[in-house]
Amino acid sequence: MPRQGIRWWRGIILIAALLFFLGPIAAAIRFALEGDNGGTTFANFGAFVSNGDVRSSLYTSLEIGGLTVAVVLLLMVPTVVFVRLRMPRLTILLDTVTILPIVIPPVVMAAGLYALQNNSGKTIQNLLFASPLTALTPFYVILAMPFTYRSLDTGVRAIDLRTLVDAARNLGASWTRVLVSVVLPNIQSAVLGSAFLTLALVLGEVILSRLLLYNTLPVEMISIGDQGTAGVPVALSVESLIFTWGLLLLISFLGRRRGAGRRVRRTERRLARPDSLDTLTSS
Amino acid sequence: VELGVLSTQAPSVGLGNGPATATGASTTRRSPAWLGIAPFVIYTVIFLGLPLYEVITGAFTGAEGGTTFSNVSQTFSQPEYLNSFKGSLILAVWTAAAGAIFGTWLAYAVVVSKPTSPLRRIVQTGSGVLAYFAGVPLAFAFIAALGRPGAGVVTDILDSVGIHLYNHGFNIVSIFGLGLCYVYFQVPLMVILITPALEGLRNEWREAAAGLGATSWRYWRHIGGPVLAPPFISSFLLLFGNAFAAYATALALLNGSVNLVPSQIAFALSGNVLVNQTGIGLALGVEMIVVTAIVMILYAVIVRRASRWSSS
Repeated sequence: MPRQGIRWWRGIILIAALLFFLGPIAAAIRFALEGDNGGTTFANFGAFVSNGDVRSSLYTSLEIGGLTVAVVLLLMVPTVVFVRLRMPRLTILLDTVTILPIVIPPVVMAAGLYALQNNSGKTIQNLLFASPLTALTPFYVILAMPFTYRSLDTGVRAIDLRTLVDAARNLGASWTRVLVSVVLPNIQSAVLGSAFLTLALVLGEVILSRLLLYNTLPVEMISIGDQGTAGVPVALSVESLIFTWGLLLLISFLGRRRGAGRRVRRTERRLARPDSLDTLTSS
Repeated sequence: VELGVLSTQAPSVGLGNGPATATGASTTRRSPAWLGIAPFVIYTVIFLGLPLYEVITGAFTGAEGGTTFSNVSQTFSQPEYLNSFKGSLILAVWTAAAGAIFGTWLAYAVVVSKPTSPLRRIVQTGSGVLAYFAGVPLAFAFIAALGRPGAGVVTDILDSVGIHLYNHGFNIVSIFGLGLCYVYFQVPLMVILITPALEGLRNEWREAAAGLGATSWRYWRHIGGPVLAPPFISSFLLLFGNAFAAYATALALLNGSVNLVPSQIAFALSGNVLVNQTGIGLALGVEMIVVTAIVMILYAVIVRRASRWSSS
Protein backbone atom coordinates (compact mmCIF):
# COMPACT_ATOMS: atom_id res chain seq x y z
CA MET A 1 0.00 0.00 0.00
CA PRO A 2 2.60 2.64 -0.89
CA ARG A 3 0.92 6.00 -0.69
CA GLN A 4 2.16 9.46 -1.48
CA GLY A 5 1.29 11.34 1.70
CA ILE A 6 3.12 9.07 4.09
CA ARG A 7 6.64 9.30 2.75
CA TRP A 8 8.16 11.68 5.32
CA TRP A 9 7.48 9.58 8.41
CA ARG A 10 9.00 6.59 6.69
CA GLY A 11 12.09 8.57 5.80
CA ILE A 12 12.56 9.85 9.36
CA ILE A 13 12.46 6.44 11.02
CA LEU A 14 14.55 4.72 8.36
CA ILE A 15 17.34 7.31 8.54
CA ALA A 16 17.20 7.44 12.36
CA ALA A 17 17.40 3.64 12.51
CA LEU A 18 20.31 3.57 10.08
CA LEU A 19 22.29 6.08 12.18
CA PHE A 20 21.36 4.57 15.53
CA PHE A 21 22.15 0.99 14.57
CA LEU A 22 25.19 1.43 12.38
CA GLY A 23 26.69 4.33 14.37
CA PRO A 24 27.97 2.35 17.37
CA ILE A 25 29.32 -0.44 15.14
CA ALA A 26 31.18 1.97 12.87
CA ALA A 27 32.44 3.88 15.91
CA ALA A 28 33.66 0.66 17.53
CA ILE A 29 35.64 -0.29 14.41
CA ARG A 30 37.13 3.20 14.18
CA PHE A 31 37.94 3.21 17.89
CA ALA A 32 39.64 -0.18 17.82
CA LEU A 33 41.76 0.79 14.80
CA GLU A 34 43.24 3.78 16.62
CA GLY A 35 46.82 3.26 17.86
CA ASP A 36 48.40 4.86 20.92
CA ASN A 37 50.07 7.57 18.85
CA GLY A 38 46.96 8.38 16.86
CA GLY A 39 47.87 6.25 13.85
CA THR A 40 45.95 3.31 12.49
CA THR A 41 46.83 -0.13 13.76
CA PHE A 42 45.39 -3.62 13.66
CA ALA A 43 47.14 -4.56 16.91
CA ASN A 44 43.93 -4.49 18.95
CA PHE A 45 42.28 -6.94 16.59
CA GLY A 46 45.14 -9.40 17.06
CA ALA A 47 44.83 -9.41 20.86
CA PHE A 48 43.18 -12.81 20.98
CA VAL A 49 46.44 -14.25 19.66
CA SER A 50 49.06 -11.85 21.04
CA ASN A 51 47.63 -11.28 24.52
CA GLY A 52 48.12 -14.36 26.70
CA ASP A 53 45.28 -13.54 29.12
CA VAL A 54 42.79 -12.97 26.32
CA ARG A 55 43.96 -16.11 24.55
CA SER A 56 43.50 -18.32 27.59
CA SER A 57 40.07 -16.83 28.40
CA LEU A 58 38.99 -17.32 24.79
CA TYR A 59 40.22 -20.90 24.99
CA THR A 60 38.19 -21.45 28.18
CA SER A 61 35.07 -20.01 26.55
CA LEU A 62 35.49 -22.10 23.41
CA GLU A 63 36.05 -25.24 25.48
CA ILE A 64 32.89 -24.59 27.49
CA GLY A 65 31.06 -23.72 24.27
CA GLY A 66 31.99 -26.96 22.53
CA LEU A 67 31.12 -29.07 25.54
CA THR A 68 27.81 -27.23 26.06
CA VAL A 69 26.81 -27.78 22.45
CA ALA A 70 27.60 -31.50 22.78
CA VAL A 71 25.60 -31.90 26.00
CA VAL A 72 22.67 -29.85 24.66
CA LEU A 73 22.37 -32.00 21.54
CA LEU A 74 22.90 -35.32 23.36
CA LEU A 75 20.24 -34.39 25.88
CA MET A 76 17.67 -32.57 23.77
CA VAL A 77 17.57 -34.41 20.43
CA PRO A 78 16.64 -37.84 21.89
CA THR A 79 14.22 -36.21 24.34
CA VAL A 80 12.38 -34.21 21.67
CA VAL A 81 12.23 -37.20 19.31
CA PHE A 82 11.07 -39.51 22.08
CA VAL A 83 8.32 -37.18 23.28
CA ARG A 84 7.05 -36.58 19.72
CA LEU A 85 7.04 -40.29 19.01
CA ARG A 86 5.92 -42.01 22.15
CA MET A 87 4.54 -39.50 24.64
CA PRO A 88 3.16 -36.43 22.86
CA ARG A 89 1.18 -35.68 26.00
CA LEU A 90 4.43 -34.72 27.70
CA THR A 91 4.89 -31.84 25.23
CA ILE A 92 3.23 -29.56 27.76
CA LEU A 93 5.80 -30.61 30.40
CA LEU A 94 8.68 -29.80 28.08
CA ASP A 95 7.06 -26.53 27.03
CA THR A 96 6.75 -25.51 30.67
CA VAL A 97 10.13 -26.68 31.91
CA THR A 98 12.03 -25.11 29.04
CA ILE A 99 10.36 -21.75 29.66
CA LEU A 100 11.70 -21.65 33.23
CA PRO A 101 15.19 -20.43 32.29
CA ILE A 102 13.50 -17.35 30.80
CA VAL A 103 11.43 -16.75 33.93
CA ILE A 104 14.51 -17.13 36.15
CA PRO A 105 16.82 -14.21 35.30
CA PRO A 106 20.48 -15.23 34.76
CA VAL A 107 21.57 -13.23 37.79
CA VAL A 108 19.18 -15.25 39.98
CA MET A 109 20.51 -18.47 38.48
CA ALA A 110 23.99 -17.21 39.32
CA ALA A 111 22.86 -16.44 42.87
CA GLY A 112 21.52 -19.99 43.23
CA LEU A 113 24.83 -21.38 42.00
CA TYR A 114 26.71 -19.17 44.41
CA ALA A 115 24.62 -20.46 47.31
CA LEU A 116 25.05 -24.02 46.07
CA GLN A 117 28.79 -23.53 45.92
CA ASN A 118 28.86 -22.23 49.49
CA ASN A 119 26.55 -24.82 50.99
CA SER A 120 27.77 -27.95 49.26
CA GLY A 121 30.24 -30.40 50.69
CA LYS A 122 33.73 -31.26 49.52
CA THR A 123 32.54 -33.86 47.04
CA ILE A 124 30.39 -31.50 45.02
CA GLN A 125 33.05 -28.80 45.31
CA ASN A 126 35.61 -31.08 43.69
CA LEU A 127 33.19 -32.63 41.25
CA LEU A 128 31.54 -29.46 40.00
CA PHE A 129 33.22 -26.24 40.98
CA ALA A 130 36.89 -27.14 40.63
CA SER A 131 37.10 -26.00 37.00
CA PRO A 132 35.06 -23.56 34.90
CA LEU A 133 34.36 -26.36 32.46
CA THR A 134 32.41 -28.49 34.96
CA ALA A 135 31.04 -25.53 36.90
CA LEU A 136 29.51 -23.59 34.02
CA THR A 137 28.71 -26.12 31.26
CA PRO A 138 25.79 -27.88 33.02
CA PHE A 139 24.09 -24.56 33.70
CA TYR A 140 24.73 -23.08 30.26
CA VAL A 141 22.90 -26.13 28.94
CA ILE A 142 19.92 -25.04 31.05
CA LEU A 143 20.18 -21.43 29.79
CA ALA A 144 20.23 -22.71 26.19
CA MET A 145 17.15 -24.91 26.65
CA PRO A 146 14.41 -22.39 25.75
CA PHE A 147 15.62 -21.89 22.18
CA THR A 148 17.23 -25.29 21.57
CA TYR A 149 14.04 -27.08 22.58
CA ARG A 150 11.84 -24.88 20.40
CA SER A 151 14.17 -25.05 17.42
CA LEU A 152 14.50 -28.85 17.59
CA ASP A 153 10.80 -29.33 18.25
CA THR A 154 9.90 -27.24 15.20
CA GLY A 155 12.41 -29.22 13.13
CA VAL A 156 10.97 -32.55 14.26
CA ARG A 157 7.39 -31.40 13.70
CA ALA A 158 8.23 -30.51 10.11
CA ILE A 159 9.22 -34.05 9.15
CA ASP A 160 7.17 -37.21 9.04
CA LEU A 161 9.00 -38.59 12.04
CA ARG A 162 6.86 -41.68 12.63
CA THR A 163 7.15 -42.96 9.06
CA LEU A 164 10.89 -42.38 9.00
CA VAL A 165 11.46 -44.12 12.30
CA ASP A 166 9.13 -47.02 11.51
CA ALA A 167 10.79 -47.58 8.15
CA ALA A 168 14.25 -47.58 9.70
CA ARG A 169 13.19 -49.81 12.57
CA ASN A 170 11.53 -52.29 10.21
CA LEU A 171 14.76 -52.48 8.26
CA GLY A 172 16.49 -53.50 11.47
CA ALA A 173 18.17 -50.27 12.55
CA SER A 174 18.95 -49.82 16.23
CA TRP A 175 17.59 -46.76 18.04
CA THR A 176 21.02 -45.14 18.03
CA ARG A 177 21.28 -45.78 14.32
CA VAL A 178 17.79 -44.36 13.78
CA LEU A 179 18.70 -41.18 15.63
CA VAL A 180 22.10 -40.69 14.03
CA SER A 181 21.51 -41.83 10.44
CA VAL A 182 17.82 -41.09 9.92
CA VAL A 183 16.52 -38.39 12.24
CA LEU A 184 19.61 -36.17 12.52
CA PRO A 185 20.15 -35.64 8.77
CA ASN A 186 16.50 -34.69 8.43
CA ILE A 187 16.55 -32.06 11.15
CA GLN A 188 20.03 -30.89 10.22
CA SER A 189 19.29 -27.19 10.02
CA ALA A 190 17.43 -27.21 13.34
CA VAL A 191 20.37 -29.01 14.93
CA LEU A 192 22.92 -26.60 13.44
CA GLY A 193 20.77 -23.63 14.44
CA SER A 194 20.62 -24.83 18.05
CA ALA A 195 24.34 -25.52 18.08
CA PHE A 196 25.29 -22.08 16.73
CA LEU A 197 22.96 -20.17 19.03
CA THR A 198 24.22 -22.17 22.01
CA LEU A 199 27.80 -21.36 21.06
CA ALA A 200 26.93 -17.66 20.72
CA LEU A 201 25.23 -17.74 24.12
CA VAL A 202 28.24 -19.32 25.80
CA LEU A 203 30.75 -16.94 24.22
CA GLY A 204 28.71 -13.96 25.44
CA GLU A 205 27.65 -15.18 28.87
CA VAL A 206 29.18 -13.10 31.62
CA ILE A 207 26.85 -13.04 34.61
CA LEU A 208 27.35 -16.59 35.91
CA SER A 209 31.05 -16.70 35.17
CA ARG A 210 31.74 -13.31 36.73
CA LEU A 211 29.82 -14.01 39.95
CA LEU A 212 31.46 -17.44 40.30
CA LEU A 213 34.85 -15.88 39.46
CA TYR A 214 35.76 -17.88 36.36
CA ASN A 215 37.79 -16.09 33.71
CA THR A 216 35.83 -16.49 30.48
CA LEU A 217 36.25 -14.20 27.48
CA PRO A 218 33.63 -11.54 28.38
CA VAL A 219 34.88 -11.48 31.99
CA GLU A 220 38.40 -10.86 30.67
CA MET A 221 37.07 -8.12 28.37
CA ILE A 222 35.51 -6.31 31.33
CA SER A 223 38.64 -6.59 33.44
CA ILE A 224 40.81 -5.19 30.62
CA GLY A 225 38.31 -2.36 30.23
CA ASP A 226 38.57 -1.68 33.98
CA GLN A 227 42.29 -1.10 33.58
CA GLY A 228 41.45 1.87 31.39
CA THR A 229 42.41 0.48 27.98
CA ALA A 230 39.26 0.05 25.97
CA GLY A 231 40.96 -0.59 22.60
CA VAL A 232 41.37 -4.33 23.08
CA PRO A 233 37.88 -5.06 24.48
CA VAL A 234 36.28 -2.89 21.78
CA ALA A 235 38.19 -4.83 19.09
CA LEU A 236 37.10 -8.08 20.72
CA SER A 237 33.51 -6.79 20.72
CA VAL A 238 33.67 -6.15 16.99
CA GLU A 239 35.17 -9.60 16.44
CA SER A 240 32.60 -11.40 18.56
CA LEU A 241 29.91 -9.46 16.73
CA ILE A 242 31.26 -10.56 13.36
CA PHE A 243 31.59 -14.14 14.61
CA THR A 244 28.01 -14.25 15.96
CA TRP A 245 26.60 -12.67 12.81
CA GLY A 246 28.56 -15.11 10.70
CA LEU A 247 26.98 -17.98 12.57
CA LEU A 248 23.50 -16.46 12.32
CA LEU A 249 23.84 -15.78 8.59
CA LEU A 250 25.10 -19.33 8.11
CA ILE A 251 21.97 -20.66 9.82
CA SER A 252 19.86 -18.44 7.59
CA PHE A 253 21.74 -19.63 4.51
CA LEU A 254 21.44 -23.30 5.44
CA GLY A 255 17.76 -22.87 6.22
CA ARG A 256 17.12 -21.31 2.81
CA ARG A 257 19.18 -23.84 0.89
CA ARG A 258 17.35 -26.72 2.51
CA GLY A 259 14.07 -24.91 2.06
CA ALA A 260 13.94 -25.80 -1.62
CA GLY A 261 11.02 -27.94 -2.68
CA ARG A 262 7.34 -27.26 -2.78
CA ARG A 263 6.18 -29.24 0.19
CA VAL A 264 8.83 -27.85 2.46
CA ARG A 265 8.07 -24.34 1.37
CA ARG A 266 4.55 -24.81 2.60
CA THR A 267 5.87 -25.95 5.97
CA GLU A 268 8.24 -23.05 5.95
CA ARG A 269 5.43 -20.59 5.47
CA ARG A 270 3.50 -22.17 8.29
CA LEU A 271 6.56 -22.00 10.52
CA ALA A 272 7.60 -18.54 9.42
CA ARG A 273 6.33 -17.15 12.68
CA PRO A 274 8.78 -18.33 15.29
CA ASP A 275 7.91 -18.58 18.90
CA SER A 276 8.46 -15.03 20.07
CA LEU A 277 10.43 -16.27 23.04
CA ASP A 278 13.21 -17.56 20.79
CA THR A 279 14.49 -14.07 20.33
CA LEU A 280 14.98 -13.31 24.01
CA THR A 281 18.64 -13.21 24.81
CA SER A 282 20.40 -13.01 28.12
CA SER A 283 21.35 -9.42 27.74
CA VAL B 1 18.33 -13.85 10.48
CA GLU B 2 15.12 -14.22 8.67
CA LEU B 3 12.13 -14.35 10.92
CA GLY B 4 11.73 -18.05 10.42
CA VAL B 5 15.28 -19.06 10.91
CA LEU B 6 15.00 -20.05 14.51
CA SER B 7 12.26 -22.43 13.62
CA THR B 8 14.33 -24.01 10.93
CA GLN B 9 12.76 -26.58 8.75
CA ALA B 10 14.02 -29.83 7.40
CA PRO B 11 13.22 -31.33 4.03
CA SER B 12 10.79 -34.15 3.72
CA VAL B 13 12.02 -37.49 2.61
CA GLY B 14 9.79 -39.41 0.29
CA LEU B 15 9.33 -42.45 2.46
CA GLY B 16 5.58 -42.58 2.42
CA ASN B 17 2.71 -40.15 2.58
CA GLY B 18 0.74 -39.08 5.56
CA PRO B 19 0.75 -40.73 8.94
CA ALA B 20 2.21 -44.19 9.18
CA THR B 21 -0.13 -47.12 9.19
CA ALA B 22 2.27 -49.60 10.69
CA THR B 23 3.48 -48.90 14.18
CA GLY B 24 6.99 -50.25 14.10
CA ALA B 25 7.63 -49.27 17.67
CA SER B 26 5.14 -51.82 18.93
CA THR B 27 6.89 -54.70 17.21
CA THR B 28 9.93 -54.27 19.41
CA ARG B 29 10.42 -55.06 23.04
CA ARG B 30 8.75 -52.19 24.86
CA SER B 31 10.77 -50.53 27.56
CA PRO B 32 8.83 -48.45 30.07
CA ALA B 33 7.85 -45.27 28.30
CA TRP B 34 9.07 -42.93 31.03
CA LEU B 35 12.62 -44.20 30.54
CA GLY B 36 12.98 -42.05 27.43
CA ILE B 37 12.19 -38.84 29.27
CA ALA B 38 14.26 -39.81 32.33
CA PRO B 39 17.59 -38.21 31.27
CA PHE B 40 15.91 -34.87 30.62
CA VAL B 41 13.97 -34.97 33.89
CA ILE B 42 17.00 -36.00 35.95
CA TYR B 43 19.16 -33.38 34.27
CA THR B 44 16.74 -30.50 34.84
CA VAL B 45 15.94 -31.57 38.41
CA ILE B 46 19.65 -31.45 39.25
CA PHE B 47 20.93 -28.48 37.29
CA LEU B 48 17.84 -26.28 37.22
CA GLY B 49 16.15 -27.59 40.36
CA LEU B 50 19.16 -27.38 42.69
CA PRO B 51 20.02 -23.70 42.09
CA LEU B 52 16.34 -22.81 42.23
CA TYR B 53 16.00 -24.76 45.50
CA GLU B 54 19.02 -22.92 46.90
CA VAL B 55 17.54 -19.55 45.97
CA ILE B 56 14.14 -20.27 47.48
CA THR B 57 15.33 -21.91 50.69
CA GLY B 58 18.11 -19.37 51.14
CA ALA B 59 15.65 -16.51 50.78
CA PHE B 60 13.63 -17.82 53.72
CA THR B 61 16.52 -18.87 55.96
CA GLY B 62 17.89 -16.60 58.67
CA ALA B 63 21.56 -15.99 59.47
CA GLU B 64 21.36 -18.49 62.33
CA GLY B 65 19.30 -20.96 60.30
CA GLY B 66 15.57 -21.52 60.75
CA THR B 67 12.76 -20.28 58.58
CA THR B 68 12.23 -16.55 58.48
CA PHE B 69 10.59 -13.82 56.47
CA SER B 70 13.08 -11.24 57.65
CA ASN B 71 15.12 -11.36 54.41
CA VAL B 72 12.06 -10.62 52.33
CA SER B 73 10.73 -7.98 54.70
CA GLN B 74 14.13 -6.26 54.77
CA THR B 75 14.08 -5.93 50.99
CA PHE B 76 10.80 -4.05 51.39
CA SER B 77 11.85 -1.87 54.29
CA GLN B 78 15.37 -0.78 53.38
CA PRO B 79 15.42 2.14 50.94
CA GLU B 80 18.42 0.87 48.95
CA TYR B 81 16.52 -2.27 47.95
CA LEU B 82 13.26 -0.44 47.31
CA ASN B 83 15.17 2.05 45.16
CA SER B 84 16.81 -0.76 43.19
CA PHE B 85 13.36 -2.14 42.37
CA LYS B 86 12.21 1.33 41.40
CA GLY B 87 15.31 1.75 39.23
CA SER B 88 14.85 -1.60 37.51
CA LEU B 89 11.15 -1.02 36.88
CA ILE B 90 11.66 2.50 35.50
CA LEU B 91 14.50 1.33 33.24
CA ALA B 92 12.48 -1.65 31.99
CA VAL B 93 9.36 0.44 31.38
CA TRP B 94 10.98 3.26 29.42
CA THR B 95 13.27 1.08 27.33
CA ALA B 96 10.37 -1.27 26.57
CA ALA B 97 8.16 1.70 25.66
CA ALA B 98 10.84 3.25 23.44
CA GLY B 99 11.55 -0.14 21.87
CA ALA B 100 7.85 -0.83 21.31
CA ILE B 101 7.09 2.57 19.78
CA PHE B 102 10.15 2.90 17.53
CA GLY B 103 10.06 -0.82 16.69
CA THR B 104 6.44 -0.61 15.56
CA TRP B 105 7.14 2.58 13.62
CA LEU B 106 10.14 0.99 11.88
CA ALA B 107 8.27 -2.25 11.21
CA TYR B 108 5.33 -0.32 9.74
CA ALA B 109 7.63 1.74 7.53
CA VAL B 110 8.87 -1.55 6.13
CA VAL B 111 5.53 -3.35 5.93
CA VAL B 112 4.01 -0.64 3.72
CA SER B 113 6.82 -1.10 1.22
CA LYS B 114 6.46 -3.58 -1.61
CA PRO B 115 6.88 -7.22 -0.53
CA THR B 116 9.76 -7.53 -2.98
CA SER B 117 11.61 -4.42 -1.86
CA PRO B 118 15.20 -4.96 -0.65
CA LEU B 119 14.38 -2.68 2.30
CA ARG B 120 12.15 -5.37 3.76
CA ARG B 121 14.85 -7.97 3.51
CA ILE B 122 17.51 -5.70 4.98
CA VAL B 123 15.41 -4.69 7.98
CA GLN B 124 14.25 -8.24 8.66
CA THR B 125 17.73 -9.72 8.47
CA GLY B 126 19.17 -6.76 10.37
CA SER B 127 16.62 -7.11 13.17
CA GLY B 128 17.42 -10.79 13.49
CA VAL B 129 21.11 -10.18 13.99
CA LEU B 130 20.85 -6.94 16.00
CA ALA B 131 18.50 -8.51 18.53
CA TYR B 132 21.45 -10.75 19.43
CA PHE B 133 23.85 -7.84 19.82
CA ALA B 134 23.68 -7.37 23.57
CA GLY B 135 25.69 -7.66 26.70
CA VAL B 136 29.41 -6.96 26.90
CA PRO B 137 30.13 -6.26 23.19
CA LEU B 138 27.18 -3.86 23.00
CA ALA B 139 28.39 -1.94 26.04
CA PHE B 140 31.88 -1.57 24.57
CA ALA B 141 30.50 -0.41 21.21
CA PHE B 142 28.54 2.33 22.99
CA ILE B 143 31.60 3.31 25.03
CA ALA B 144 33.56 3.59 21.76
CA ALA B 145 30.80 5.70 20.21
CA LEU B 146 29.56 7.93 23.01
CA GLY B 147 32.37 7.81 25.56
CA ARG B 148 33.76 11.01 27.09
CA PRO B 149 35.20 13.67 24.75
CA GLY B 150 38.58 12.65 23.38
CA ALA B 151 37.62 8.98 23.55
CA GLY B 152 34.11 8.60 22.09
CA VAL B 153 34.16 8.64 18.30
CA VAL B 154 30.61 9.99 17.89
CA THR B 155 31.04 12.34 20.85
CA ASP B 156 34.04 13.91 19.09
CA ILE B 157 32.23 14.18 15.76
CA LEU B 158 29.32 15.96 17.49
CA ASP B 159 31.76 18.20 19.36
CA SER B 160 33.32 19.28 16.07
CA VAL B 161 29.93 20.45 14.79
CA GLY B 162 29.18 22.32 17.99
CA ILE B 163 27.07 19.80 19.89
CA HIS B 164 28.80 19.24 23.23
CA LEU B 165 26.92 16.31 24.75
CA TYR B 166 29.00 16.10 27.89
CA ASN B 167 28.41 19.78 28.69
CA HIS B 168 24.72 19.02 28.99
CA GLY B 169 25.08 16.34 31.63
CA PHE B 170 25.18 13.42 29.24
CA ASN B 171 27.37 10.49 30.18
CA ILE B 172 27.30 7.06 28.58
CA VAL B 173 28.41 5.56 31.90
CA SER B 174 25.05 6.23 33.56
CA ILE B 175 21.67 4.62 33.90
CA PHE B 176 20.44 6.67 30.94
CA GLY B 177 23.38 5.45 28.84
CA LEU B 178 22.52 1.92 29.89
CA GLY B 179 18.93 2.49 28.76
CA LEU B 180 20.22 3.71 25.40
CA CYS B 181 22.09 0.39 25.04
CA TYR B 182 18.90 -1.50 25.93
CA VAL B 183 16.92 0.38 23.26
CA TYR B 184 19.52 -0.91 20.80
CA PHE B 185 18.31 -4.49 21.24
CA GLN B 186 14.71 -3.69 22.19
CA VAL B 187 13.87 -2.04 18.85
CA PRO B 188 14.95 -5.00 16.64
CA LEU B 189 13.20 -7.38 19.02
CA MET B 190 9.99 -5.35 18.64
CA VAL B 191 10.35 -5.37 14.85
CA ILE B 192 10.55 -9.17 14.93
CA LEU B 193 7.60 -9.48 17.30
CA ILE B 194 5.21 -6.97 15.73
CA THR B 195 5.84 -7.52 12.00
CA PRO B 196 3.52 -10.56 11.69
CA ALA B 197 0.69 -8.55 13.29
CA LEU B 198 1.29 -5.58 10.97
CA GLU B 199 1.34 -7.87 7.97
CA GLY B 200 -2.02 -9.20 9.16
CA LEU B 201 -3.64 -5.79 8.72
CA ARG B 202 -5.53 -6.29 5.48
CA ASN B 203 -5.48 -3.62 2.86
CA GLU B 204 -9.16 -4.40 2.22
CA TRP B 205 -10.08 -3.23 5.74
CA ARG B 206 -8.59 0.17 5.08
CA GLU B 207 -10.26 0.37 1.69
CA ALA B 208 -13.60 -0.71 3.12
CA ALA B 209 -13.31 1.86 5.89
CA ALA B 210 -12.37 4.57 3.39
CA GLY B 211 -15.23 3.50 1.14
CA LEU B 212 -17.63 3.99 4.03
CA GLY B 213 -16.21 7.48 4.54
CA ALA B 214 -13.83 6.85 7.44
CA THR B 215 -10.86 9.15 7.86
CA SER B 216 -7.40 7.75 8.51
CA TRP B 217 -7.82 8.60 12.19
CA ARG B 218 -11.13 6.73 12.44
CA TYR B 219 -9.61 3.73 10.69
CA TRP B 220 -6.85 3.53 13.31
CA ARG B 221 -9.23 4.31 16.16
CA HIS B 222 -11.79 1.63 15.32
CA ILE B 223 -10.02 -0.99 13.21
CA GLY B 224 -6.23 -0.86 13.10
CA GLY B 225 -5.77 0.06 16.75
CA PRO B 226 -8.00 -2.59 18.30
CA VAL B 227 -6.55 -5.30 16.04
CA LEU B 228 -2.97 -4.30 16.88
CA ALA B 229 -3.52 -3.74 20.61
CA PRO B 230 -3.11 -7.35 21.85
CA PRO B 231 0.11 -8.10 19.91
CA PHE B 232 1.47 -4.66 20.81
CA ILE B 233 0.80 -5.15 24.52
CA SER B 234 2.12 -8.71 24.59
CA SER B 235 5.28 -7.65 22.75
CA PHE B 236 5.71 -4.78 25.20
CA LEU B 237 5.51 -7.27 28.05
CA LEU B 238 8.27 -9.38 26.50
CA LEU B 239 10.47 -6.31 26.06
CA PHE B 240 9.77 -5.32 29.65
CA GLY B 241 10.75 -8.77 30.93
CA ASN B 242 13.82 -8.73 28.72
CA ALA B 243 15.05 -5.45 30.16
CA PHE B 244 14.03 -6.24 33.72
CA ALA B 245 16.07 -9.46 33.78
CA ALA B 246 19.08 -8.07 31.88
CA TYR B 247 22.36 -7.53 33.69
CA ALA B 248 25.28 -8.29 31.34
CA THR B 249 25.25 -4.86 29.67
CA ALA B 250 25.13 -3.09 33.05
CA LEU B 251 28.02 -5.21 34.25
CA ALA B 252 30.20 -4.16 31.32
CA LEU B 253 29.10 -0.52 31.08
CA LEU B 254 28.90 0.45 34.74
CA ASN B 255 30.77 -2.42 36.36
CA GLY B 256 27.49 -3.23 38.05
CA SER B 257 27.63 -0.01 40.09
CA VAL B 258 24.11 1.14 39.34
CA ASN B 259 21.11 0.72 41.58
CA LEU B 260 19.26 -2.09 39.84
CA VAL B 261 17.99 -5.29 41.43
CA PRO B 262 20.57 -7.54 39.70
CA SER B 263 23.45 -5.41 40.95
CA GLN B 264 22.03 -5.48 44.48
CA ILE B 265 21.90 -9.28 44.22
CA ALA B 266 25.48 -9.47 42.97
CA PHE B 267 26.61 -7.00 45.63
CA ALA B 268 24.83 -8.83 48.45
CA LEU B 269 26.41 -12.11 47.42
CA SER B 270 29.95 -10.95 46.82
CA GLY B 271 30.00 -8.29 49.53
CA ASN B 272 29.23 -10.34 52.63
CA VAL B 273 29.95 -7.33 54.79
CA LEU B 274 26.75 -7.41 56.77
CA VAL B 275 25.05 -10.29 58.51
CA ASN B 276 23.20 -12.64 56.17
CA GLN B 277 23.64 -10.51 53.09
CA THR B 278 23.38 -13.73 51.10
CA GLY B 279 19.85 -14.29 52.39
CA ILE B 280 18.82 -10.82 51.27
CA GLY B 281 20.38 -11.34 47.84
CA LEU B 282 18.45 -14.57 47.43
CA ALA B 283 15.23 -12.91 48.63
CA LEU B 284 15.71 -10.27 45.91
CA GLY B 285 16.20 -13.17 43.50
CA VAL B 286 12.88 -14.72 44.47
CA GLU B 287 11.18 -11.35 44.01
CA MET B 288 12.72 -11.02 40.55
CA ILE B 289 11.37 -14.45 39.62
CA VAL B 290 7.92 -13.40 40.86
CA VAL B 291 7.97 -10.26 38.70
CA THR B 292 9.11 -12.06 35.53
CA ALA B 293 6.64 -14.89 36.19
CA ILE B 294 3.76 -12.41 36.45
CA VAL B 295 4.89 -10.73 33.21
CA MET B 296 5.13 -14.08 31.38
CA ILE B 297 1.72 -15.21 32.65
CA LEU B 298 0.15 -11.93 31.50
CA TYR B 299 1.89 -12.44 28.15
CA ALA B 300 0.50 -15.96 27.82
CA VAL B 301 -3.02 -14.82 28.75
CA ILE B 302 -3.03 -12.01 26.18
CA VAL B 303 -1.59 -14.22 23.43
CA ARG B 304 -4.17 -16.90 24.14
CA ARG B 305 -7.10 -14.47 24.19
CA ALA B 306 -5.92 -12.79 21.00
CA SER B 307 -5.37 -16.06 19.15
CA ARG B 308 -8.95 -17.08 19.91
CA TRP B 309 -10.31 -14.73 17.28
CA SER B 310 -7.37 -13.68 15.15
CA SER B 311 -6.23 -17.10 13.97
CA SER B 312 -6.44 -17.30 10.24
